Amino acid sequence: MGFWEVTLSLLEGLEQTCLIFALTLVLALPLGLVISFASMSKFKPLAYITKVFVWIIRGVPLMLQVIIVFYVPGFLLGTPLFSRFASVIAAFVINYACYFSEIYRGGIESISKGQYEAGQVLGMTKSQIFFKIVLKQVVKRILPPISNEVITLVKDTALARVIMIVEIIQAAQNYAAYGFMWPLFYTAVFYLIFVGILTLLFGYFEKKLDYFKA
Amino acid sequence: MALLEVKNITKSFGKTEVLKGIDFSLEQGKVLSIIGSSGSGKTTLLRCLNFLESPDTGTISINGKTIYNAEQHKKIKDDELRSMRLHFGLVFQSFNLFPQYNVIENITLAPKLRLEEEKLSAAQKKARIDEINENAWALLKKIDLTEKAKSYPCELSGGQQQRVAIARALALSPDILCFDEPTSALDPELTGEVLRVIRELKDSNCTMIVVTHEMEFAKNISDEVIFMANGVIEEQGTPEDVFDNPKSPLTQSFLSKSLESF
Ligand SMILES: Nc1ncnc2c1ncn2[C@@H]1O[C@H](COP(=O)(O)OP(=O)(O)O)[C@@H](O)[C@H]1O
Ligand SMILES: [Mg+2]
Repeated sequence: MGFWEVTLSLLEGLEQTCLIFALTLVLALPLGLVISFASMSKFKPLAYITKVFVWIIRGVPLMLQVIIVFYVPGFLLGTPLFSRFASVIAAFVINYACYFSEIYRGGIESISKGQYEAGQVLGMTKSQIFFKIVLKQVVKRILPPISNEVITLVKDTALARVIMIVEIIQAAQNYAAYGFMWPLFYTAVFYLIFVGILTLLFGYFEKKLDYFKA
Repeated sequence: MALLEVKNITKSFGKTEVLKGIDFSLEQGKVLSIIGSSGSGKTTLLRCLNFLESPDTGTISINGKTIYNAEQHKKIKDDELRSMRLHFGLVFQSFNLFPQYNVIENITLAPKLRLEEEKLSAAQKKARIDEINENAWALLKKIDLTEKAKSYPCELSGGQQQRVAIARALALSPDILCFDEPTSALDPELTGEVLRVIRELKDSNCTMIVVTHEMEFAKNISDEVIFMANGVIEEQGTPEDVFDNPKSPLTQSFLSKSLESF
């Protein structure tokens, strides 16, 4: 069992890991904003339904959600609705969007009323106030909790293997079946590098926003 | 004709009647001070004038033209509301500068956003932006903060922040500038610099409404004083009338209490 051979097959697994990570982020970050607006809606039924939805999604283990998205349509319709990969992405995006939405909501609600009113008396539109005044302050405040979630996401991608997606852990476990444990421990190196890069990246963004207090 | 004419403004929050029929008028270039104990409705009145609250009844006219009539404004369109607001400026007790923008950007942000909504050629636009910038620097000079143009609000003292907030409001050339206790959030040694700016504005003929607890200042700067109590104008007149010869017992007891605290 050569080191390079293992490394190569772990890298193949890592490709799946990265794909799940990137697609989930790209889709869940904006969807989370939509959900957070819905949960803050002045139209109470919408806010209420959204809150129940977020409660369910955050209350059920993500692993179970992946299984449900993949198997349940198959049981009900006789044929699976989504491919394995699409099921993982769907479950991850919805799950992370709900977590992000709560972070956004907390950030948006933490901006003082005075900021909105200052914009209003200066004749700004609602969207000008949101995009030109509030947004950057919100981003500054939510960056630390968002970076936490993003780092958790890196490791949550390993849950995809419950429906046989060969991400990096599964790639290593394929060797464990033959009695080789070290590839499994070796995956930690990849995760640490991945998370290390993200940590540096978020540190850079936080520093970029260091010039003001909000 | 008076620049501002306010008639029968009332405002309730739920069952609490906060303003119970406010009438007054203000001439161009004059300063009106509003005094009164906390909870008497002063802030709510200023917020009504700036349309942060919509009055339940009454009218507000500028130069004889009614810009707000409670009867006809059950549903005001957003654009309409924005242009109504531009008649008034408001300086808040807590400054409310935009923290992510430096001083000069705080002053120019709103005028530049308004410019973006107009359809202009590139050359026209550039000329207008230069104009906005020049005006901002002139205002900065007026508040004596030229050297802080590139500083962020968190790098300024409270007094400096409030002066920037005044310049920011002036950048849109409102007809009437309102102040809601502009020095209440400041350390005592910083109130002077803010009051000095307000005084200079009076000297340059700016029409102002000042809610304040600085009785000495109100007496000196005002052309007209209103004493509010429980949502009504309890007494109104020249500073001499109100401060030296108050007629209402409520005014008398308020003034003697305010003087005690000195
Ligand atoms: N948005 C609001 N909802 C309910 N009550 C309010 C609101 N704003 C002000 N009030 C009440 O109106 C009264 C007058 O408040 P305010 O105008 O702030 O007085 P002042 O500025 O003279 O201290 C107070 O009793 C206050 O509790
Ligand atoms: Mg007040």
